[in-house]
Amino acid sequence: MSDETATATTTGGAAADGGRTAERRSRGRLASVAWHLAALALLAVILYPLVWVVGAAFKPSGDIVGSTQLLPTRPVLDNLQRAMEGIAGISALVFLRNSLVLAGASVVGTVVSSALAAYAFARLRFRGRGLMFVLMITTLLLPFHVLIIPQYIIFQQAGLVDTYAPLLLGKFLATEAFFVFLMVQFMRQLPRELDQAARIDGCGYWGIFWHVVVPLSRPAFTTAAIFTFIWTWNDLLAPLIYLNTPEKYPVTLALRLFIDQTATSDYGAMIAMSVIALLPVVLFFLAFQRLLVQGMATSGLKG
Amino acid sequence: MVSTALSHDSPPSAGRGAAERTRSAAPRRRRGRPDREGLAGYAFLSPWILGFLLLTMGPMLASLYLSFTDYNLFTAPEWVGLDNYRALFRDDQWLQSVRVTLVYVTVSVPLKLAGALAVAMLLVRPRRGQGFYRSAFYAPSLLGASVSVALVWRALFSDDAVVDRALSSVGIDTGGWVGNPDYALGLLILLAVWQFGAPMVIFLAGLKQVPRELYEAADVDGAGRLRKFGSITLPMISPVLFFNLLLETVNAFQVFTSSFVVSNGTGGPAGSTLFYTLYLYQQGFTQFRMGYASAMAWMLVLGAGLVAVLLFRLSRAWVYYSGDDGR
Repeated sequence: MSDETATATTTGGAAADGGRTAERRSRGRLASVAWHLAALALLAVILYPLVWVVGAAFKPSGDIVGSTQLLPTRPVLDNLQRAMEGIAGISALVFLRNSLVLAGASVVGTVVSSALAAYAFARLRFRGRGLMFVLMITTLLLPFHVLIIPQYIIFQQAGLVDTYAPLLLGKFLATEAFFVFLMVQFMRQLPRELDQAARIDGCGYWGIFWHVVVPLSRPAFTTAAIFTFIWTWNDLLAPLIYLNTPEKYPVTLALRLFIDQTATSDYGAMIAMSVIALLPVVLFFLAFQRLLVQGMATSGLKG
Repeated sequence: MVSTALSHDSPPSAGRGAAERTRSAAPRRRRGRPDREGLAGYAFLSPWILGFLLLTMGPMLASLYLSFTDYNLFTAPEWVGLDNYRALFRDDQWLQSVRVTLVYVTVSVPLKLAGALAVAMLLVRPRRGQGFYRSAFYAPSLLGASVSVALVWRALFSDDAVVDRALSSVGIDTGGWVGNPDYALGLLILLAVWQFGAPMVIFLAGLKQVPRELYEAADVDGAGRLRKFGSITLPMISPVLFFNLLLETVNAFQVFTSSFVVSNGTGGPAGSTLFYTLYLYQQGFTQFRMGYASAMAWMLVLGAGLVAVLLFRLSRAWVYYSGDDGR
């Protein structure tokens, strides 16, 4: 856009007559239409797989694999029905509930523990804070895989394998450094004068945290909560390692089980189950898209 | 009392904080009061400290120890010195997993960043529907990490499926990407590149910071689009580019779900999608070779760390921080 304006002013000068401005405006509109067409075409390619899977969920099982069609010619519901029946005699609702419990508890744990740690890092001064902050930042880049084996051994020795404890304990102990860092960045920007005002009103550190910092940090908490929910919902590795009983499986593992048992025979149900598993994430995304994109931009969170 | 409270809590910078402390806090401490701020700090940090010791630091030391042992979870670890590390370099599967992972990192990361930057530049100027476009391009980033999408990918690229049919209709016969060792890694790379939304959003934030005057000055000088991109845009966004590069590289080293789902946990066909983390998982949790897998984990830390250090070193040559001279 600026190219056009720039060339127009240099060639036409300040005394551009009315005809030129009109011409320029129509050229601008044409460029704008071309831009939108190009962007939409690109989007169509990129979102094709997502639309395809939704369409495929309603196609008869035999039509799915080879069909490039997005929408089913004669939509059927029996895929969804079979998917809801679940696997190994366990209803899909059980898996969905498990995922919901895990993701919900993870959100609570992560937000609470990260907020506490972030407040200390961002607003309090004490001996050793600098060193601990550096350690926290280092864990941001540490490959998670160096920890899984000893962590597994710890939980195995403690008799906690096949429970949700290994999947949740870390969330309540602020081990996700991304969110601590995100909240530290956010809390640092809050005006110190508010702390002082609260102090005059008789607040201690807890009072300042609870009455000043927590209410003002809500945007950072929301971002962390949404990301935690989606990441936990999508997580495969941790449940894969720690859970053995199908009744305790979250949706991701159930999907795996589904593939193993019905690999070639029931594509339709598998696709339908995928859509069901994706649904909460999509809903979260649609509800909070702006917040997610903003949180991403300001903090550099991974996707 | 009010004034001491104020001055005690006001320092915004560390330097001033130290000065304030000697002036106002020290006499209070002489009265035998413990450092309340310090106590509060440790209290608020206690979950993190516990988590760090119990779930990060402790396990790291344990895994370092285990990497020098033979351990199968059921009998006591047996010290074997450097045997695990020596064995790695004679393990064809391990070498294969290193190769696959390196190819994946070096191909997927640049492609993903290039795509992210291109789309970010397309979206940077305010247009109608800006929010919609941004969110829509970002969507794959969030959804792509799920098992569901990996499954969809497998369905789209398997033999005689959508992609195969589309390609053979224009005369390219691949025989399905999932079962073909020459293409299987390609489809995982495509899946990674498809999730370009996260770096794109960061690029967008960076591009917004570039001062318009620079482009206007370049216009006056008659610079073309390419020249403006090379001489203004790239240097100005180089810190963001570096940040994205570092983050995506570290993440790419750790990829797991996509290859696990697409190859059904095998890393096949013919080891073509045997990612490092997948092989680590197989060794640790299906073979129960915990010592060997720990050695693998430490080689990953070393390797990824080395690459990160290398990126940092090289960045001095091309990353430009405006108004941050000598730092």
